[in-house]
Amino acid sequence: MSAQAFEAVTLVPGEASGPVLRLDEPLSFWGGLDLATGAIIDRWHPQRGASVAGAMLMMPSGRGSSSGSATLAEALRLGNGPAAILMLERDAIVVVGAMVAAELYGLACPVALADGRDWEALAAVASLTLKAGPEGATISAGL
Amino acid sequence: MSLDLSPFDRELIGGAHGAGAAFAMRLLVRFAEAVDARSLIDIEAAHVDGVIYHGRASLDLAERMVGLGGKVRVPTTLNVGSVDLIHPELFRGTKEHAENGTRLMHAHVDLGCAPTFTCAPYQSASRPRFGAQIAWGESNAIVFANSVIGARTNRYGDFIDLCCAMTGRAPAYGLHLTENRLARALVEIVSIPDDWDLERLAVAVGHMIGRRCGGLIPAIVGLPPSMSEDDLKALGAAAASSGAVALFHVVGRTPEAPDLKTACGGRKPEFRLRLTAKDLREAARSLSGIADGVRIGAVSLGTPHFSIDQFGRLVLLLDGARPLVDIFVNCSRATLGEVRNRGWEEPLRAAGVTLVADTCVYVSAILRADAGTVMTNSGKCAYYAPGNLGVEVAYGSLAECVASAHAGKVVRL
Repeated sequence: MSAQAFEAVTLVPGEASGPVLRLDEPLSFWGGLDLATGAIIDRWHPQRGASVAGAMLMMPSGRGSSSGSATLAEALRLGNGPAAILMLERDAIVVVGAMVAAELYGLACPVALADGRDWEALAAVASLTLKAGPEGATISAGL
Repeated sequence: MSLDLSPFDRELIGGAHGAGAAFAMRLLVRFAEAVDARSLIDIEAAHVDGVIYHGRASLDLAERMVGLGGKVRVPTTLNVGSVDLIHPELFRGTKEHAENGTRLMHAHVDLGCAPTFTCAPYQSASRPRFGAQIAWGESNAIVFANSVIGARTNRYGDFIDLCCAMTGRAPAYGLHLTENRLARALVEIVSIPDDWDLERLAVAVGHMIGRRCGGLIPAIVGLPPSMSEDDLKALGAAAASSGAVALFHVVGRTPEAPDLKTACGGRKPEFRLRLTAKDLREAARSLSGIADGVRIGAVSLGTPHFSIDQFGRLVLLLDGARPLVDIFVNCSRATLGEVRNRGWEEPLRAAGVTLVADTCVYVSAILRADAGTVMTNSGKCAYYAPGNLGVEVAYGSLAECVASAHAGKVVRL
């Protein structure tokens, strides 16, 4: 699928690439993320211990406290946030956290809404590149 | 499917109303797109819940807005902060935490927010009117404004409540719209433990609604019509802790529920929950992590912030004897002023009560590290304190909390 590009909807613009981390369950950033490392610390999460730092985070939907926005922004400020976030449902907490990091620190963590039919194909590759512009986003395999 | 911006919205984005408002509007538009709103509406007031210090990013955002000369465009109240600015000596955390927490509180005041520092703004002068469109943060305040007052707000969180305040606008979605405010779940209180007061009943019902009703707005039948506003405050706070409840209707008591048919808009409920006295006793018990008779290190009252009526009830329960453990009572600085006016501050202190203003024991560093087990009359505090403070919590009625403070252990009445 190396030549294939998948269309997506831009929620927060920017460009990023990195290794894929697909979450098996939604993650609440507040209380679920170690800001100092980017590791998942939610004791109930099946991927506890995995790091979101620098990853193309595939998270179908959001979860948890609205304090997650400040937590995501803080993780991005410290350089321990994801490179980009791909979702299947709009999530205001994620969007606000990424926007605040972009506005305050100029740190791009683009957020895009992917098509559910593409999800398995996206999760099957080692790394992804996201280009999210004002008119729309494209996701492609590789760095 | 796209967001339709008014001429005024475009002026805000373009900077015609200042760089601070333009900054807030950029964030608000992204948020509105993320929740799929079609347009924005005017709001009358805001309550901002961003004054607890969680990290540098929230302080940077507030100070950036101050630096841009930003001011709120509607009357805006502030939620609790990390520090009691009236009694700063109570803070036991690090100096850096105290300084950053204080800076965050001051930055919001510099933006034109009123220094109310309370999670119960609805029990002071800034109470919204029925039907008012508002943008509020803080889960217990949101559920009270929607349910008990009939004002209209969604669950606004980090940064967005402030962006609404700085622009006077909010996305037209969710509970701002009449059609989304109808009950879809029916909660029937079939029987009530006959030895319970109404506050404990409210906490148990709220806790069960949060756990069982999911995102469905409940209409509650079978509650005594004599429930006070403080009881409904406790119900909402418990429901908004164990679940994401932003609006409930008490049939025959709250303003959008004169009868069940009106509350449900004539539709059949999608979900029914029947609660018996046995269910309610189990719910109250589940809020206590420890057994009766176990030693406690402190009592914490006033989550959400204690009202002047609640102080009146507390004063009647204290006989002047010093309790074995500290009794902390969280309240707003406005209520603290009223306590002083009534001459209650000294008798309360003499009876072992520490008054905490501007913040709340469960989000601040006020308890001693060795406090151990804490007893509270709050469903919200019982739900969150074990995670936030790492303490065990016992839940009990106000009278049980006072009796337990005197005995130094969990006492049931």
